[in-house]
Amino acid sequence: MSTTALKSTRVWEAVLPAVVALGLAAVLGDLLILSFGESPAAVWTLLVKGTWGNAYGIGQVLYKATTLTCTGLAFAMAGRAGLFNVGAEGQLAAGGFGAAVMGLLLPSALPAVLAIPLCVVSAMMVGAAVGALPGALRAKFGASEVIVTIMLNFIVLALLNWIVSAKLHLPETLRTPDIAAGNVPRLADTFAMFRGSAANFTLLFAVAAAVAGWWYLFRTRSGYELRAVGLQPEAAEYGGVKVPRVLFVSMAISGALAGLGGVNFVLGYKGYYEEGFAGGAGFLGIAVALVGRNHPFGILAAALLFATLSQGGLAVNAVVPKQLTDILTAAVILSVATAVPEVQQQIRAAAASVTASLARKSTQGVGA
Amino acid sequence: MTSAPAIRMAGVVKTFGAVVANRDASLEVQRGEIHALVGENGAGKSTLMRVLAGLYAPDGGVIEVNGRDVTGWKTTEAITAGVGMVHQHFMLVPTLTVAENVVLGTEPTKGLTIDLHRAVMEVESLCKKCGLHVDPRAKIADLSVGEAQRVEILKALYRGAKVLILDEPTAVLSPPEVQELWGVLRTLRADGGTVVLITHKLDEVIAVSDNITVMRAGATVSRFPTQGITPREIARAMVGRDVNLHLDAMGAVREGSAHSHESSGGVSAPALRITNLRVLSDRGTVAVNDLSFDIRPGEIVGIAGVEGNGQTELLEAIAGLRAVRGGHIQLGPHDFTALSVRERADRGLSHIPEDRHRRGLVLDYSIADNLILGRQHHFASRGGLDLDRIAANATEQVKRFDIRPPIADLPARALSGGNQQKIVIAREMGREFSVLLAAQPTRGVDVGAIEFIHEQLRAARDAGKGILLVSADLPEVLALSDRIAVMYGGRFVTVLPAAECTAELLGPYMTGAAA
Amino acid sequence: MILLAFILQTLRIAVPYLLAAAGGVMSERVGIIALGLEGLMLSGAFGAALGSYYGNSPWAGLLGALVAGGLITSLLAVSTIRFRANQVVVGVAINLIVAASTRYFLRLVFDSSSNSPRVPGFGGEGIGNAMFASFLNPVVWIGLAALPALGWVLYRTPFGLRVRAVGEKPEAAATLGVAVNPMRLKGLYIAGALASLGGAYLALDQHQFTDGMTAGRGFIALAAVIFGRWEPVRVGVACLLFAGAETLQIQLQGAQLVPSQFVEMIPYVLTIVALAGVVGRSVAPAALGKTD
Repeated sequence: MSTTALKSTRVWEAVLPAVVALGLAAVLGDLLILSFGESPAAVWTLLVKGTWGNAYGIGQVLYKATTLTCTGLAFAMAGRAGLFNVGAEGQLAAGGFGAAVMGLLLPSALPAVLAIPLCVVSAMMVGAAVGALPGALRAKFGASEVIVTIMLNFIVLALLNWIVSAKLHLPETLRTPDIAAGNVPRLADTFAMFRGSAANFTLLFAVAAAVAGWWYLFRTRSGYELRAVGLQPEAAEYGGVKVPRVLFVSMAISGALAGLGGVNFVLGYKGYYEEGFAGGAGFLGIAVALVGRNHPFGILAAALLFATLSQGGLAVNAVVPKQLTDILTAAVILSVATAVPEVQQQIRAAAASVTASLARKSTQGVGA
Repeated sequence: MTSAPAIRMAGVVKTFGAVVANRDASLEVQRGEIHALVGENGAGKSTLMRVLAGLYAPDGGVIEVNGRDVTGWKTTEAITAGVGMVHQHFMLVPTLTVAENVVLGTEPTKGLTIDLHRAVMEVESLCKKCGLHVDPRAKIADLSVGEAQRVEILKALYRGAKVLILDEPTAVLSPPEVQELWGVLRTLRADGGTVVLITHKLDEVIAVSDNITVMRAGATVSRFPTQGITPREIARAMVGRDVNLHLDAMGAVREGSAHSHESSGGVSAPALRITNLRVLSDRGTVAVNDLSFDIRPGEIVGIAGVEGNGQTELLEAIAGLRAVRGGHIQLGPHDFTALSVRERADRGLSHIPEDRHRRGLVLDYSIADNLILGRQHHFASRGGLDLDRIAANATEQVKRFDIRPPIADLPARALSGGNQQKIVIAREMGREFSVLLAAQPTRGVDVGAIEFIHEQLRAARDAGKGILLVSADLPEVLALSDRIAVMYGGRFVTVLPAAECTAELLGPYMTGAAA
Repeated sequence: MILLAFILQTLRIAVPYLLAAAGGVMSERVGIIALGLEGLMLSGAFGAALGSYYGNSPWAGLLGALVAGGLITSLLAVSTIRFRANQVVVGVAINLIVAASTRYFLRLVFDSSSNSPRVPGFGGEGIGNAMFASFLNPVVWIGLAALPALGWVLYRTPFGLRVRAVGEKPEAAATLGVAVNPMRLKGLYIAGALASLGGAYLALDQHQFTDGMTAGRGFIALAAVIFGRWEPVRVGVACLLFAGAETLQIQLQGAQLVPSQFVEMIPYVLTIVALAGVVGRSVAPAALGKTD
């Protein structure tokens, strides 16, 4: 192993598991396709054609990737602080609801340049509130945020169901009335080729969030402290970091990011809040963050991958059940999770022996 | 016909990756003997005994127990053959009772269920037989450290251990408990059992052993009968050169230059002043009990004492990592008592923590990132982290403190223990400070780095810094300190100029014998 | 009479919770986080439907459930024990895999996207004796006995002692020659069997498999485990409590006293309260989640 390779062990540790996992998933996919009596090559080709092969497909992929980027960033931000936010599903729904409520409250005459940010902020704040509760319980009582976020998912979704069905819905439906102000324009409005797809400019918010997230984590002092808390909380405490505060704040940020994802559907696609719009994107965010190795840029790539799989499933649905891609998605999660410790162990063992020999080389009479 | 020795180990080799823990280790112990296995930190004693106990398989060499070749056997086989080990870090399940811990794995049964009553009876009778006292029904979590160790011994004896290996057992015991332990070992010996005692404390060796094996740097270097041996001869074998126990047993012999010329008339303000300090332990007991002392600028105050007498809590309280229940901490003109960790660091306090892996480093961070831990706010501005300054800082520190390999982007995890410690030293001593807390600064560090670290400490002292040194290594405390305080039961039972101190003099204070 | 009906209905509703929660206790006591209970239950439900359909008997259904549960448990075991993958992520992944796989195989085998055809259950046809018919169902008895039996095993048998040791401090058990990973494996398979039986009960009771039929019960079971502080008897009480609230809500449906959504929330809110230590702290087994 060369010195350059040695320096980049952390990059290797990050990337290799994802590569291994994707390989395994591809093999599994082939097997499943064969079990349905179809040819893998044909199905994969159909999948690619139905997603990246036409403008509508690309649009749909971009649309789905937007939400996944947000929920992926949410999991990653908490993950970097050593927390498991399994509540993105509820935070996403709550955020979308927050955007809808703001959109309903604002006068329709309000220019978009004011209305949209207000609605987006509303979404993020509601999401942050839902994320902050587990954060506070963890900071103050050491309560497992894994369990609290899972429980909160059910609570939030039930609560939203009640609010909408009791107070806010259009008759015969489970959705709110159309929003007056704050709709985010579709991509199709500017780029005609995307006509018919749900892709909209929330995409830009998502990308901006990824860039901001990267800069925050790796270029600011807060980010340095947050990562330290996730890696070695006792050393962070020794280094003057107020650990409970960091835990709380990172959960709130995480919730806010998930809430942002709600904007994609509510403001960008349908123009209203609808029960169940989250559709599992919160849990998929975990997959995205995992494959993206909790790194904002990796998450962008992983979001595109999973969005492609999801859209691709629809594209091949006539030939193979679309659950095929759902299974593959879950298989990828499992493979990455299992690959990580193995890869880590191998790389670290190799790195340690190389470093030891490098240290021995420059002896000045003070031997190892 | 001479019977086979209880234990015979020859030419044992054991490596862990790049680290050679045992390179030519041997040991021979007869039945009915208490045998001391001595050596400095890192000599390979624990590793060798773990090989014997079946925890590790050796990479080379031969192991025979009672004449039978058992090389490479597993723990279960060792236990069945009557070889039991009491580890330094207890292997007890806190939520279970003493009896449950003792019988775990070989539970007495009544049909399908555990016969707990019989387990309790058996533990009680074992206690009587060996002279140990512990309540079989008590939960481990409620026991003191000394009591917990007794349970560890009971575990081994319950399984019919005829060979008992103890790894540094007295580090956590009070003097009466140490005597009780010697009583147990002698009873065992009288019963035909064999004991191997791993220790680096020479007074223990003299007190209780029949024979001594000395290890150094992974190999066995000497063997003597205890009768007639002097501590000096043992120390010489441990270190490999003649050693004056009154000065520096660990590295080079330093004559005279060890201690600073006596208090140069200093009526200077104290660098650190502790007044009536009261701190609680994790368990809620009083760890630091109404303690008051000063450290002057340009002085090293060393705290000698058995671990567990409040040293850890004291340093944590001064650093701001543990709440203070009473009293005051003052650094120079600043009252620290209510300040946060960061505020204390900014006002001139440096801290080398006793556990570098837990507190001192974020192992997955690079050397450069670790070098700013605790001071990251000084390397950042509105616009974020100043990467150039961080890199420049790293280059300078790596060079100044000879951190190897000198590649600032390497994750700290990849470095050797000594170099990792150098990162901590570089960070804490390579900046402006007036008081340094140094806890176990050379623990687990190779000999060359130890000398380097000692030089750094002395240089800082000569430059007018106040240093509070805590070390479980008495020779280190004796070598570096200007004044030595002995901590026992949360108090300083004596404070003496170092020049007047010897191991023999301090011993009674450390064990609470002299008040 | 109304009280009796209430109790009987509560018990019926409680059975899947009791089974899955017993599995949850077993798993977490041996140190493995039980986030995959939902997936294990669902796999058991599908396996039961499949087995009962092809074997034309509910007993074949039970066998099918155990096989399906065993397969999923194996996946869980390999990932967490052999590969030391993060247990939270594995749990989430298992739930997703089972949800997707059951839909996939539903289409493949039964050519439907919503449910299987009707399969034989454990009887009790006819409304009149439906209430008491439950007690002809062996799974109900297994369900009622599961937690008490588990309690006995954990606190009275050598196996149980070792389980507790492994879940609190595996190193201690290892130095005494207790093989830690095999213990974890055994615990997991027992847990998987129990949880899949919980799913089997659902499928056989409704005489079919419906997509997503577990509807979050696995998480309610997990809530009961935590609320009951990992102690079998307390967990059993928690399950009955949650089931009772559900029964109450069903029976009061017309009365509109409390919106149903709020009754739904009860188990989840109680768990959060328990974790925050408002009514005594819930402390997990110390080695939960660590497999290195």
